[in-house]
Amino acid sequence: MENDALIALHAINFSYPGGPQVLKNLDFNLYAGERVGLLAPNGSGKTTLFHVIMGLLKPNRGRIVLFGQPAEKETDFAVARRRIGLLFQDADDQLFSPTVLEDVAFGPLNLGKSRDEAIALARQTLARLGLSGFENRVTFRLSGGEKRLVSLATVLAMEPEVLLLDEPTTGLDDRTRETLAGLINDLDLAYILISHNTHFLEETTDLTYSMEDGHIKTDEALHFHEHVHAHKHGRIPHQHE
Amino acid sequence: MITEPLAHGDSYLHRLDPRLRVITAAAFSCTVAVFDAFPALATACGTALALLLLSGLEIRAALRRLAVVLGFLLLLWLVLPLTFEGAVAAGLGPVNLYWPGITLAAQISLKSTAIIAAFTALAATMPISTLGQALARLRVPAKLVYLLLMCYRYIFVIEKEYHRLHTAMKIRGFRPRTRLHTYRTYAYLVGMLFVRAAARAERVHQAMNCRGFNGRFHSLAVFPPHPANRWFAVAAGSVMVVLLWLEWSG
Repeated sequence: MENDALIALHAINFSYPGGPQVLKNLDFNLYAGERVGLLAPNGSGKTTLFHVIMGLLKPNRGRIVLFGQPAEKETDFAVARRRIGLLFQDADDQLFSPTVLEDVAFGPLNLGKSRDEAIALARQTLARLGLSGFENRVTFRLSGGEKRLVSLATVLAMEPEVLLLDEPTTGLDDRTRETLAGLINDLDLAYILISHNTHFLEETTDLTYSMEDGHIKTDEALHFHEHVHAHKHGRIPHQHE
Repeated sequence: MITEPLAHGDSYLHRLDPRLRVITAAAFSCTVAVFDAFPALATACGTALALLLLSGLEIRAALRRLAVVLGFLLLLWLVLPLTFEGAVAAGLGPVNLYWPGITLAAQISLKSTAIIAAFTALAATMPISTLGQALARLRVPAKLVYLLLMCYRYIFVIEKEYHRLHTAMKIRGFRPRTRLHTYRTYAYLVGMLFVRAAARAERVHQAMNCRGFNGRFHSLAVFPPHPANRWFAVAAGSVMVVLLWLEWSG
């Protein structure tokens, strides 16, 4: 069973030097086609979890198996990173090239694609996200929403098999959030999505877990449901969320 | 907000190959910097100002650039004629104005105006990203090029962080005064900017690693050939020959 998982984490323990233990005996598997949401309070270790999966942080204890291969050394993670895309919380961390096209082509070029292939792939990815015409825009002059979408393009251009999305909706207005939800829903790959926005999670994921006390509560998936409530007509107009 | 007001235009100079412009500006500046003869310096200054006109920049924007140097030159004119002793040009009561000082101030003025005008016309008329790509194509070491591009990319982020911190200080009633509290607050501000910049650098590096970065940068830039390039190269070469002749014959 474990070898079928794209990402398998076993008894992961992680603490920052001199800090409290963030991940405690965390077990988690992600299988092909799964769309998992993670809902958890700030500081509960979600971002840490993503960074552990990508090998950016080394767990104190535990085993990580990526695509059926144990990942221990930097070289193991370097191979796996080609197949896992991580969307950072802050788009400014992700977009470092002067122009949008260069930034989107950066990943494919690193994967050994030729210049023309990389450009074609970058243009194609931008078009898919409705960003045609953004090629020569300067990355730091984009709006917050545009930055987020371009960041997503930089990750998708590498044609990953798994996507890790770290609070993709932060700082987005309703309309951009809708666009993003639509785009994410159209993706044909497995992903884990961290968000505080239950509505967004409901739209984009099939399963939502909460994270508590350093581990993911896989035994009790959250179910979203709406309450309808009734009351007498009041004289003061009001709205329901 | 830091801007590149001159970078986007559609003049003859804007259309030239960025590499050619960088090389011309660099060669011109290095040569002019060592000139002494006035005919050569005056011609160089005239050529550079003509280039500035050719670049189609708004006269006021270009003058504002020059004004930065002019302020500095004014200071030289105040100091050098009085202090660089030699043949006396004029006596003003107890102080004398000396010829060598006047000559030197005039040389420096012509040189700096020529160099600034040439760089404004040739180099400031391209976005920094293009400049970086041109330097990369000219085989400037990739590390230096990316140092330039990364600085340029993140200076805006750091500027924004600075404004955020500064606003946070202001809304809590911070007013700069000449006292220890002010100095300490500014020190915290600068320290915080450094800490944030370091943390930012760490995250950018992680993000690059996640996208398979292996220490090699790739440039996508292509500079298509244009007939204007050849003519400009010939003209620039001829001007340089004339300048060198004026310097040596003078």
